[in-house]
Amino acid sequence: MLSLLSLPGPLASIFSLNGHSRYLHVGWFLISVANLTVILLMIVVFVLALVLPFPNRETPQELLPSREKPQ
Amino acid sequence: MSAPEKASTWTGRVRRAAVDAFPPERLLPETQPVYVASWVYVFGVLSLAAFAVIIASGCVLALAGPAWWHGSSIGHFVNSLHLWSTELFFFFMVVHLWAKFFMAAWRGRRALTWMTGAVVFLISIGAAFTGYLSQQNLDSQWIAGQAKDGLNASGIGSFFNVLNYGQMLMWHIVLLPLAVAVLVGLHILLVRRVGVCPPLPAREETP
Repeated sequence: MLSLLSLPGPLASIFSLNGHSRYLHVGWFLISVANLTVILLMIVVFVLALVLPFPNRETPQELLPSREKPQ
Repeated sequence: MSAPEKASTWTGRVRRAAVDAFPPERLLPETQPVYVASWVYVFGVLSLAAFAVIIASGCVLALAGPAWWHGSSIGHFVNSLHLWSTELFFFFMVVHLWAKFFMAAWRGRRALTWMTGAVVFLISIGAAFTGYLSQQNLDSQWIAGQAKDGLNASGIGSFFNVLNYGQMLMWHIVLLPLAVAVLVGLHILLVRRVGVCPPLPAREETP
């Protein structure tokens, strides 16, 4: 049975919090894969929040800006 | 017979000032401007919800103590709930911060709202840090040992000793949560008073 603790490679470093953590090291730049994953997730969620449509209830006419009122 | 003059008591003055600043319809509004109907505006309240879970799970942990949260399955669950609600609190707070930064949310006399939010973020980092120190396990000893040199080098160590478990626990469960709760309350009152910041206006095309 596949368990989170037995996931190979980078996946294990994301999901298992008990083993040795993996790091991304490029020159002076050093970051753990777990921290990098969280930062990337925040960026993804931020972009999705900007582009995804919000499930609008019908807006009362008096609350619409004048340019959006039907002519 | 003329109407009785308003008694000049401090309670009356406070009440009149509070009602003037926060009339009930502004304190608990039923509608919001149309621009609030966007996902990018939900991260403030998500941070608030995560903070409520942190406080509630922290109260449960305080009831039973370290032997319970390290030694029983329900204790592990509540301990994890406390940790992951903190992770979500920071996650939502950072996205909220990005959203407000990129819409310059200090516009329109909202500077104090912006500043209280920024200070809450900084205090929350201290609250999370003292939480790691309060775990009562090898992790907390390791983190305290690593942190003391840096803090001592800055001079903070003379009154904030990370190796003093009792002091760190008190900062974590009394002082810092109180500071966060008070400032979050002030932050929300300021949002109610001045209103939610509108998005930046679209730039008009020049011919």
